[in-house]
Amino acid sequence: MSVRHALLGLLSEGPKYGHQLRQEFEARTGDVWALNVGQVYTTLQRLERDGLVASDDEAAEGPQKAFRITEAGAEELAEWLRTPPDLTTPPRDELVIKVLVALAMPTVDVHEVIQAHRRYLVELMQQWTRLKEDEGEFDLPLALVVDAELGRLDSVIRWLDSADGRLKRAVVEPTAPTAAPAPRLRRRLAVRR
Amino acid sequence: MSFLELRHVTKVYGDGSSEVRALDDVSLGVDRGGLVAVMGPSGSGKSTLLTIAGSLEEPSGGEVVIDGHSLSEMSHNDKARLRRRTIGYVFQDFNLLPGLTAAENVSLPLELDGTGARRARTAALEALERLGLVERAGHFPDQLSGGERQRVAIARAVVGERRLLLADEPSGALDSANSEAVMRMILAACKTGVAAMVVTHDAQLAAWADRVVFLRDGTVVDQTVPPPSAEALISSGPKP
Ligand SMILES: Nc1ncnc2c1ncn2[C@@H]1O[C@H](COP(=O)(O)OP(=O)(O)OP(=O)(O)O)[C@@H](O)[C@H]1O
Ligand SMILES: [Mg+2]
Repeated sequence: MSVRHALLGLLSEGPKYGHQLRQEFEARTGDVWALNVGQVYTTLQRLERDGLVASDDEAAEGPQKAFRITEAGAEELAEWLRTPPDLTTPPRDELVIKVLVALAMPTVDVHEVIQAHRRYLVELMQQWTRLKEDEGEFDLPLALVVDAELGRLDSVIRWLDSADGRLKRAVVEPTAPTAAPAPRLRRRLAVRR
Repeated sequence: MSFLELRHVTKVYGDGSSEVRALDDVSLGVDRGGLVAVMGPSGSGKSTLLTIAGSLEEPSGGEVVIDGHSLSEMSHNDKARLRRRTIGYVFQDFNLLPGLTAAENVSLPLELDGTGARRARTAALEALERLGLVERAGHFPDQLSGGERQRVAIARAVVGERRLLLADEPSGALDSANSEAVMRMILAACKTGVAAMVVTHDAQLAAWADRVVFLRDGTVVDQTVPPPSAEALISSGPKP
């Protein structure tokens, strides 16, 4: 999971402090991913080193230091959001994060991000299906592998579809933003991770 | 020019406050021998698109051109002939006639088009044979399984000299083996030069198409680019 890009996403809304970034990160990712302060500051330092964020004040180290995203950072973020995750490993977590980050960015149309991934996945499925069409009638192991791939990619698309629909409904009937983390949910997810 | 062309097609149902814009400026073409899938969520306008492409409904704006002829310039009779002779339909609910056997369901469109009863029956049995259904030819729809009914509907759509195949969720609630069989049949028809358009919300089905068009709120929002060769996939994907 890319903490780097999640932080860039939050900073794209405007300058923020480290502790603030941590709180917002956890709230915006449905409290599924816990993050400690140390992780936030190491990541920010690396981002600064790479020129993707800049701090307002070189002197004041610590909690009073505010960070803002640079032009290079904004470009990096836009690129990452649309880069398909490596689908040779289970992709869902990374895709979920991308959608959550996109959702938190007012300047990004989350439906457009979802569609970019949907199209990429369908294109992959077309390639696998073409393989099955050509070879699958003769090569049983290949047909089985292709079916497994198709099923896995299909389930990712189904998730995108349901996310798309859920977000569309949520725009029509907005819900209050989550203020306090739900402790029970977090505990349950902590066990699962 | 593509065999089927939709040009800036718009469809509005109702008026005033109850107005529903089911399609909004949709343009797309399906070539001879090509299979295009239209994907979109429920209510995005897929069935509307298909019925307009099949001249079963009039667009509110834009035009439909089939084999170079604009539907708006065709007479009522010409359109009726086009529907009987050129276009094969597979509807969301198959639409088999309950009082007719499988073979009669398949041969009916040919007979309506003036083919003699015996020749129509021979053609129907041939189509059913290709779909592994010849021993069900005398069964009525309620004596067939869902998958068998579906294959009868496909046979009915491809029998004769059809050149345009329009299918609405052709795999319905079928299992994956039956869905695959249905898509292989549609592809086989395409290999003989038939142009086919399949609308579905199912990615596994859409993935059989050469091109997938994405519909959202009555608008085409995106489409796939032609896939590269399968070799690229093997080297990048998991090893079989
Ligand atoms: N005869 C009609 N009168 C009024 N509105 C209609 C009519 N037919 C369809 N609609 C509306 O047009 C929109 C598109 O309907 P359509 O049947 O084309 O969707 P669809 O993509 O096929 O959905 P599904 O996947 O559920 O079959 C929907 O909002 C539907 O309510
Ligand atoms: Mg429909």
